Amino acid sequence: MDKVDACGCADPVVETDRVIVRTEKLNLHYGKLQALKDIGVELPANRINALIGPSGCGKSTFLKTLNRMNDLILDCRIDGRVYIDDVDIYGDIDVVDLRRRVGMVFQKPNPFPMSIYDNVAYGPRTHGTKSKTVLDEIVECSLRRTALWDEVKDRLRASALGISGGQQQRLCIARTIAVDPEIILMDEPTSALDPQSTLKIEDLMTELKKSYTIVIVTHNMQQAARVSDNTAFFLIGEVVEYGPTSRIFNQPTEKRTEDYISGRFS
Amino acid sequence: MRRRIRPQITDRIATATLYLVAGAFVLLLVAFVGYFLYSGRSELNFKFLFTEPAFSTAGGGIGPELFNSIYLVFLSGLISVPIGIAAGIYFAEYAKPGRLTDFLRLSIETLSSLPSIVVGLFGFLVFVILTGWKFTLMGGALAVTILNLPVIARTSEDAIRSVPESIKEGSLALGATRWQTIVRVLLPSALPGIVTGIIIASGRAFGEAATLLYTAGMSSPRLDFTNWNPISATSPLNPFRPAETLAVYIWKINSEGLVPDARQIADGASAVLILAVLAFNLLARFLSRLLGRRFGGSRS
Repeated sequence: MDKVDACGCADPVVETDRVIVRTEKLNLHYGKLQALKDIGVELPANRINALIGPSGCGKSTFLKTLNRMNDLILDCRIDGRVYIDDVDIYGDIDVVDLRRRVGMVFQKPNPFPMSIYDNVAYGPRTHGTKSKTVLDEIVECSLRRTALWDEVKDRLRASALGISGGQQQRLCIARTIAVDPEIILMDEPTSALDPQSTLKIEDLMTELKKSYTIVIVTHNMQQAARVSDNTAFFLIGEVVEYGPTSRIFNQPTEKRTEDYISGRFS
Repeated sequence: MRRRIRPQITDRIATATLYLVAGAFVLLLVAFVGYFLYSGRSELNFKFLFTEPAFSTAGGGIGPELFNSIYLVFLSGLISVPIGIAAGIYFAEYAKPGRLTDFLRLSIETLSSLPSIVVGLFGFLVFVILTGWKFTLMGGALAVTILNLPVIARTSEDAIRSVPESIKEGSLALGATRWQTIVRVLLPSALPGIVTGIIIASGRAFGEAATLLYTAGMSSPRLDFTNWNPISATSPLNPFRPAETLAVYIWKINSEGLVPDARQIADGASAVLILAVLAFNLLARFLSRLLGRRFGGSRS
């Protein structure tokens, strides 16, 4: 029995091919600039879905439509539909609840300037958990699941800014799973990290997909090939091709995908 | 061929000049503080600090004035700190760019550049005449609040703005509301900056004279320091009594003091005032660093 089960905060249910995210004719404009064009994809649950493509192709923008972080940007207009569990998240829903269900890990580790414990407990506290025993349990469980527990258990009260970048990023992942989301969005989560920390995070993702659906934006082609189950290739705001990672990388049907993957342009 | 000054030499001259300027500032401050401490040295004792001023004989102290100054800063802080921080939050997080925000900002900036004597006269008209309070500590505190508010609003706004956007996003992405994000992440992170602003503003209020001449008045009733009933006329805690502060007292005793040791008292009081303002500034630095370590994180 591994630590995840021992800790017992989530019972991994691996469902096969249940679509959790579905978009229809999703268009997004920043002012006059169109950043996303007619995106229609279906992302399966309990899989790692990678979004690849050159800089400025809209993959991060797409990622942020899934938890409505784009709401924060003035001038950002969205048409079309985004369904999560068959509910239109741009319809009449509570954004706060959406963001609890759709967590996000950012490019640069962004721990709060408070203790390691408080970082992980932040989400549950925000959503009303007050009991110390419950919080203790959530914190330990989340840290165990991100393989951070043994490294930080003796200094939970120390500042989160004092641990290494790789540890900080795993802490941010722990912070995200502490609110028990369904989907975790990752925006180039390893681009600021060294190879070893990157590897740890990749292992972690493989572990986490048992319980969560992961959508990851990555610039690193090898990373997409290594960890993801499905890959979507974005180019100038469009999804050129979407499918199982092995097929996208080995037999892309589109010439543009092949060019990008073989490094003919970046 | 024209000879040019070599860049290395220009660099050295620039470095030397800047060091000189910085040094001049330090020298000025040291000379200033040193002079006042030296001339006021004979009065820097407990008797001077805690006894009442005398009317016509030598040997009076500054007890009530010192108390009034501290109490006034406290009262004004009670009003200006919450409003100032609220204004800072508004400007940093809620104000949308546009005419209204520009106008509000302009208003605050104008407020902060008002000459204190003008604020004093305004306070006289409003807090003394209009309210019918006559000269009161409260009137003085309100007038000083007008001076403090823009400073606290400004420093709070800057401190909140300087919290990295990524931290704010992290909180929102966890499903925290905007208000929760402000209260639980932004304000704690901005606290060192906010506290610095409050203390600097308090230091200025402590040394303020012109505003208080017309609002808190130039006299202090006989205070009974054993009477802590805030509505009693002789209680030091009563905010609706005239209250001459230290800075005002310095001005008064210098211009119309009747006691034979007026000069000595003015020197002593000035030394106390300077030391207090210095202490305010040091406290600001200390607290800011302490809070920075508490929330910014020690590296252990």
